[in-house]
Order: sequence, then C-alpha cells, then structure tokens
Amino acid sequence: MIQIKNLSKHYGKFPAVDDISFDVADGEILGFLGPNGAGKTTTMKVITGYYPPTAGKITVEGIDVEEDSLATRQLIGYLPESNPLYHDLTVYEYLDLIAELRQIPKEKRKERIGQMTEITSITDRLGQVIGQLSKGYRQRVGIAQAMLHDPKILILDEPTIGLDPNQIVEIRSMIKDIGQHKTVILSTHILPEVQATCDRVVVIHEGKLKADSTMEELQRRFSGQPVIDLEIHGEGAEDSEPFSRIHGIESVERLNDPEPNVVLLKLVVTADTDPRADIFRLCVEKNLTLLGMTREIRSLENIFQQLTKLDAAETELEEAAA
Amino acid sequence: MNWNVVSAIFKKEMKSFFGSPMAYIVLSVFLIITGWFFTLNLFKENLAHLRSIFDILPFLLVIYAPAISMRLIAEERKSGTMELLVTMPVRDFDLIFGKFLAAFVLYAVGLAFTLIYALTVIILGNAELGPMFAGYVGLLLCGGVYIAFGVLGSALTENQIVAFILSFLLSGIFAILIFSAMIIPAPFADIVQYLSTTYHFQNIARGVIDSRDVIYFLSLMFLSLLLSSRAIAQRKFL
Repeated sequence: MIQIKNLSKHYGKFPAVDDISFDVADGEILGFLGPNGAGKTTTMKVITGYYPPTAGKITVEGIDVEEDSLATRQLIGYLPESNPLYHDLTVYEYLDLIAELRQIPKEKRKERIGQMTEITSITDRLGQVIGQLSKGYRQRVGIAQAMLHDPKILILDEPTIGLDPNQIVEIRSMIKDIGQHKTVILSTHILPEVQATCDRVVVIHEGKLKADSTMEELQRRFSGQPVIDLEIHGEGAEDSEPFSRIHGIESVERLNDPEPNVVLLKLVVTADTDPRADIFRLCVEKNLTLLGMTREIRSLENIFQQLTKLDAAETELEEAAA
Repeated sequence: MNWNVVSAIFKKEMKSFFGSPMAYIVLSVFLIITGWFFTLNLFKENLAHLRSIFDILPFLLVIYAPAISMRLIAEERKSGTMELLVTMPVRDFDLIFGKFLAAFVLYAVGLAFTLIYALTVIILGNAELGPMFAGYVGLLLCGGVYIAFGVLGSALTENQIVAFILSFLLSGIFAILIFSAMIIPAPFADIVQYLSTTYHFQNIARGVIDSRDVIYFLSLMFLSLLLSSRAIAQRKFL
C-alpha cells in the first residue's frame, strides 16, 4: 500500500509535480501515464527516496518515506528510467553486488540470483559482461535487480523503452506475471502498454493529476458517444429515415458517397447500446446490400489526447480528476 | 556503520581498479616518480636515506590522491548508477567510506612497493628504523586526508576533471599553509601553520608519533567524508 498525499516537487521554481494525491492498493498494477515531461519520473524518484519532496507526504506500507527512508527503500524494488548498470561487471557480479547492498543473507544470495535470472530468462548470460549485452537483455538484468530482494513493491520507470516489439511483449507479460504477487507501479507514455498490463491508471500532465480510475471506468467516462459508419447499396438506400427510428440511434447523417450507388451513413449511437443487429435486420427487410458496418469506440489514444490537451477539455478533466 | 555495505562497495571498487588499466598505470607512475627521487639520492649524492622521499611525497600526493579518487563518485553520477546506489537501503556514509577505503588501499599498495627502497637503505646504510617507520605512518595519514579530499571533490560533481581540480586545490591549500610564515605575521602564522597537513606530517616524520598529529589527520579525514556523504544526500552537484 502506497499513499501519496498532496505531493509537490519543485526544481528551483519549476513545479515538476504539483499537488498530486493517489493511493496504490496491495497487489495492484498501476499504470502511471503521461506525456514526456509530465512528472512521472520525478514522482517515482520521490517515492523511492531519491529526491525529498518539496511538500506533501508519502507513506509506503504505513512508513513515511522521509522519516524512515532506509525501511521504505528496503520494501521497494526500483528500475530507474535510464536502467543504470555497471558495464564492466558480469551479470552475476552485478546481481551479487546488489544482493550484498540489499543485505540479502549470504547463504540465500545464490538462490535468489538463480530464481530471478530464471524469471527474466537470463540464466545463460550470467557470466557475460553487462557492457556486451543487448539492450533487451540489459533491461532484463535491470528488472532482475529490482526484484532481487523480493520486494513488496516494484517501481518500474518505462521498463519497455527502446526494446523491439517482441521484447516488449515478453517484458509486458513478465510484468503481468510478477504483478500477481506484487504491487507494481509502471510508468509509460505508451498507451497499449497500459491497456495490456495495468489494472488501474493514473494520468498526469504538467505535474497535475488528470485522472485516476480503472481502465474500464476511464474508457466509459471518456468514450462519449459511439459512432457507426454504415455503407449500403441498393434501391432506396438514399432514404435514411428508417435508420433513425431504430432504438438507440440518435441521429443519422449522410456523408459524401464514397463511390457511385453506394451510400455512406454516419449513425450516432446512445452510449451503452449496440444497435448493429437491428441495423442489419433493417437492411435485409428493405432488401439493401450491406457493404460495411464499423463501430468506433474512442480508444485510449483519444482519451489520452483529450486528457492532456491543454485547455480544450479542461472542465471535463477536472470533473474526472475529482 | 554497516560493514557488509562498506565491504560490498570496497570490493566493487577494487574490482574496477584492477580490472582496468587504471590501477596499473597509476601505480607505475607513482613508483617511477618515487624511484627517481630515491635513486637520485642514492647514486648521484651517494646518500642512502629516504629523506628526499619523505620531503617530496607529501607534495606529490596533492596530485596523486585526487588522481586515484576523482572517478569514485563522479563516475557514478555521470552514468546514473548513483541513483541505484542511493535508493538501496544503505547509508550514504557507508557508501562513501567503502569508496574511500578502496582508494586508500590502492594508495597503500603503492606505498608498500616503496618499502623496497627502505630495505635498500637499511642494507646499505645505517638507517634509523624509528623515524622511517614514523615517516610511513605519516605518509599513510597524510595521504588518507588527501584521498578523503579527493572523495569530497568527486562527490560534488559529475565531471571527473572538475573533481580532480577541486580536490587538488583543497589538498594543495592544506599542504602549502606551512609556508604561511613567509607572508603572514608571526603570531598568526603559527596558527595557520598548525592547520597545515605538511606541518603535522613533518612532526610525525621526525620520529615521534604524537596523538595530536594523529587526531588532526583522522578528524580531517572524517570531516571530509562526512561532507561527502552530505553532498550525495543533497543529490545536487556542481
């Protein structure tokens, strides 16, 4: 359990993080989302005890980060954004050093290193010098480092950055596995990552909290009205009136014909209804040929853009944050 | 102090000293310079003693100590591994002390090689063992202070060159305070002289290991390392 209350962190006069509050429950994978420079990394650095907060209070498992930093640092495993490693050490030497600094008892070190390298599939690279490893393998070493002391809480700052698509999928599923037993905070500016791995998402922008909710809630709140694009062909296709009588359809708009004799209609649908079956039946009834029907629900990308747009949706956003 | 942490850092630093050409180059340079001063005495002036080494070395160390300690913390800052170290459940002072110890041992190893000169002197001449022993103790203490200054310089910046210059200046000032009598009126000069590392080294090198001199060196070392750990706790740098 991590509690963040009214946290602010200023660099000089610049407020990198400005009065944000949220909790992370036990066993939750929290996606920490925001564009570059939103304050994600800064927030993580304050939680891990790297920076002292300018104002506010953070408790990890009930322990204040400022008061007993040694205790909270013991509870947290941290993978910094830059994934710093000692390039002249071998993977084993490096993990052994971390184990020593983490004060893992000597007799358990080998076992823990073995387990972690197995989870991250780097067992065959133990003897290799870190400087010679590929980026993907280095990232795995970084994750093994963060988990070495079996921490209750795992803080991963952009863990998939710079990896190739296959590696990204692997690392994500790894995080998901790990997240079944641990509390994970994962920062990213890549949206599918949040969709793929997280239970809950916190969106920040320019140091301010913009949203804090589950994925579904967020999607529901911002999905607005779904739209159905309908392409039909046949006699009487121009008459769009019957479509507007279908239950759940609010308005019908005829767009420019994409090709001769084909009618393209845009149907605005009431939220939480799906009239596609009725539309199909109507077409059959009227002997129209259905060429295409697509329903568009606003994706996370749209939501993200909306949340982080400067002023346009400001009021809506504040509602969401509250 | 947590000795597990100190020893983990110490071992890591020793590994990177001796795993790269660094330690060998530094040791070679150290031995070439001290060897040159020693043999100059021995062959040119036909004198078998270590006085020239004891005279020159405290000033040579002003360059040598920053050279071996400049990368200790600055490099961690530059490569980002500092973030890793300070988010481990370890005290800043333990990290600093482990690093100090590694550089100090590297220095002591270099000094141990010069025992060959000491042995030569003992065989060829009739050296007094007391002052020689005291001289080595003095060199260890004085070098320890300069290395602690080196750690401090390294803790203040992520640039190794800046670290070198900072600690060179700091060590240099403490070393040349002994010459203050030349520019400062007598009563003050005594006080200023008393602050000089060279002054206390010379006291010891005369053959008397006085606890006042030892305490002077140890407290300077401690103070410098304490300031270093404060510096890394601040997370800011020059």
